[in-house]
Amino acid sequence: MRIGVFICHCGSNIAGTVDCASVASVASTYPDVAYATDIMYACAEPGQDAIIAAIKEHRLTGVVVASCTPRMHEPTFRKTVERAGLNRYMFEMANIREHVSWIGKDMEANTNKASELVRMAVSKLRLNRELKPKSFPVTKRLLVVGGGVAGIQAALDAADAGLEVLMVEKQPTIGGKMAKLDKTFPTVDCSSCILGPRMVDVAQHPNITLYAYSEVESISGYVGNFDVKIRKKAAYVDWSKCTGCGLCTEKCPSKKSYDRFNEGVGPTTAIIIPFPQAIPKKASIEREYCRQFNTGKCGVCAKVCPTGAINYEMQDEFIDAKVGGIVAATGYDLMDWTVYQEYGGGRYPDVVTSLQYERMLSASGPTGGHIKRPSDGEEPKDVVFIQCVGSRDVSIGRPYCSGFCCMYTAKQAILTKDHIPDSHSYVFYMDIRSPGKGYDEFTRRVQEEYQARYIRGRVSMVYPKGKKLIVRGADTLMGTQVEVEADLVVLAVGAEAAKGAPHLAEKLRISYDSYGFFMEGHPKLRPVETNTAGVFLAGACQGLKDIPSSVAQGSAAAAKALALLSRDMLDSDPQIAAVNVNRCVGCRKCIEVCPFKAIQEIDLRGQPKAEVIETVCQGCGLCNATCPQGAIQLSHFTDNQLLAEVEALCRF
Amino acid sequence: MSVLKEKELRVIGFLCNWCSYGGADTAGVGRFAQPTDLRIVRVPCSGRINPLFVLKALLGGADGVLVSGCHPRDCHYAEGNFYARRRLEVLKGFLPVLGIDPRRFEYTWVSASEGQRWQHVVTTFTANIHALGPASFSPEARELQILNAAAR
Ligand SMILES: Cc1cc2nc3c(=O)[nH]c(=O)nc-3n(C[C@H](O)[C@H](O)[C@H](O)COP(=O)(O)OP(=O)(O)OC[C@H]3O[C@@H](n4cnc5c(N)ncnc54)[C@H](O)[C@@H]3O)c2cc1C
Ligand code: SF4
Ligand code: SF4
Repeated sequence: MRIGVFICHCGSNIAGTVDCASVASVASTYPDVAYATDIMYACAEPGQDAIIAAIKEHRLTGVVVASCTPRMHEPTFRKTVERAGLNRYMFEMANIREHVSWIGKDMEANTNKASELVRMAVSKLRLNRELKPKSFPVTKRLLVVGGGVAGIQAALDAADAGLEVLMVEKQPTIGGKMAKLDKTFPTVDCSSCILGPRMVDVAQHPNITLYAYSEVESISGYVGNFDVKIRKKAAYVDWSKCTGCGLCTEKCPSKKSYDRFNEGVGPTTAIIIPFPQAIPKKASIEREYCRQFNTGKCGVCAKVCPTGAINYEMQDEFIDAKVGGIVAATGYDLMDWTVYQEYGGGRYPDVVTSLQYERMLSASGPTGGHIKRPSDGEEPKDVVFIQCVGSRDVSIGRPYCSGFCCMYTAKQAILTKDHIPDSHSYVFYMDIRSPGKGYDEFTRRVQEEYQARYIRGRVSMVYPKGKKLIVRGADTLMGTQVEVEADLVVLAVGAEAAKGAPHLAEKLRISYDSYGFFMEGHPKLRPVETNTAGVFLAGACQGLKDIPSSVAQGSAAAAKALALLSRDMLDSDPQIAAVNVNRCVGCRKCIEVCPFKAIQEIDLRGQPKAEVIETVCQGCGLCNATCPQGAIQLSHFTDNQLLAEVEALCRF
Repeated sequence: MSVLKEKELRVIGFLCNWCSYGGADTAGVGRFAQPTDLRIVRVPCSGRINPLFVLKALLGGADGVLVSGCHPRDCHYAEGNFYARRRLEVLKGFLPVLGIDPRRFEYTWVSASEGQRWQHVVTTFTANIHALGPASFSPEARELQILNAAAR
């Protein structure tokens, strides 16, 4: 074998703490190395051209590039060597940036370590084999999980481009948080006026099948061909008969149910249609509040329903579907703010969350758009907004910024003035974060035009005094203590990943961070892809973001899904397991462990043998580590290849 | 070729590509300083790791071996890390029989987002190995070493 080694400087990123020329000169002494050099930027066009030229000039049959992480540029360099006529698997990388130059400044130790990492790569490359992908057909159907504004955008874009789309939404209606908002910053246009038509589009689009009040039960398979099982939860109303007339919700005698859509601002009935513009506009029974379920006596809704849609015996239903790609768009939820005793921990009715306040502002909300104190229904005159409740607070394990609270608080202060012209708003804030287009102007307007008083500082305590709430805090700009007598306190409660997000991530086999937000493939360059091929992200589930960004990411996810599913055939990754039938004793151990059921038993001249189904194998190598005979080997990561790397490091 | 005399010991890591290798990358991107001893072998999944690799490394003269994969339930391949945990736990119990100090082998879980945790894991493990000093071998291990070398 004739190996070429290229040690990248990455400008000064590597060369600053690694002597690249000396690594190259050490590398030239390794077995089979025919050529070694250092190079300024291996990934740039001149760098790639130099690699290609060297392959030709020195008749190289394998290449090692020592540079950044293979998770970044392995695909880049594989293409490079391919352009020079080599098989793309005759290539290895040594990570001397993320794992060497960036984590220490000791030039001598770094140079030595870099040389060793190159030695490992060369040792492995000597055992590499050419590998060729197989192609397999793609299911041209997309699953969108979550019907918030991000999921809606992804679904509509994909459906408009001709793709079949399944949307799974766990609530009885799509719309997500945006459907609960009154107006939206920074234009203060009506939320349901801009979202409503898009929700209708989802319902009416010939390419979209909506499964509301449903969840993903399980997912198996792989990119291009996922098998999903959808659980359609029992609504106790046959939606094929329900016309959404709402008679049942008028007559239901159980009037004290928690109103999830309205965030508990005012009660609702046990049978509900979440809100007038709900999509689908269908009724569902909340079992825990239903008299029929709790006492066995009632049946009012069944009696009044003109189409006989009520069915108390209904069971969850399962739907199996095959899809080629998946967009996760499960959004966020507000954290449980009652951990904050200083704000009353939930004991004072006139301390409400920002989302409850949106419902109070909304004309279609339970108060008909009149701001009323929950305690006595009176109109508040002094409203205090407290920002960063559960954001940027290390003490409760939430160091991150929720991103949209500064902006919506400004919006809510403006709307407060619009609703109650003689009211006063006070906003306690840590910093005002408003970097979007037209955003800073907006947070200025609320102070200058709407006279909201912004107080920079933390609130130390909220306590009742008569009918009022006393809000005590520091004004860190003035260096004084402030006390405001408030009629209503609105908490800008920090957001967190949607409930159950980690659970869904496990089903999708994607990663999530310690807060439950899904991990993108690369923080800068692959913001909507995940590390699981065929699974994409949109909206706040990937990291908190406002509506414009959620929509943009929804479109981006659709574009990525379309790029994938516009192909008829996909190339399978050839880094998969292969059985040496001479060694295989047919013990079935590999068949038992394979998480993807990618191995089957075959009969070879009367002998049972294992056989890998090439397009199903995902290349985890579990079977390889399990086989007692060493008969099944993961191509590109065989026992010998990995041991060669270990041996390159050993002294005995 | 070897580690820097007096300064470093031989520490070999087996890291799964999706979580821990990514975590080590994240640590690098964040410039979280770490000791230089560790050399990382990238494997697709912790379930790919045959305990024999660890054994070979230790018999081959590694002073410490660190395995790291995805957190339980968070495996890119669904369940590879469960198998890994079971196997590696058995291995840990078995090391003393071979005359190898089990403290020279550790396995842990680090996700791709946990750069800081990775820094902590590497720093602590390397410090532990330095506290143990260079590996010395019992007569049983010596014998195995000779067999191991002969098998190559
Ligand atoms: C009080 C408040 C006011 C705001 N005001 C504004 C504003 O004025 N302007 C602005 O730009 N932004 C505003 N925002 C931010 C805005 O709400 C978000 O940017 C937006 O809702 C994100 O959309 P999404 O689709 O990613 O998530 P979501 O709106 O959270 O939608 C996610 C959807 O997925 C569903 N889901 C969750 N888990 C699952 C699962 N496992 N299976 C199936 N479905 C699931 C949920 O039920 C939901 O329907 C505000 C936020 C708050 C809290
Ligand atoms: S490598 Fe082996 S265990 Fe893993 S998916 Fe392929 S056949 Fe199954
Ligand atoms: S585990 Fe190995 S020997 Fe047993 S059936 Fe699978 S490939 Fe054959």
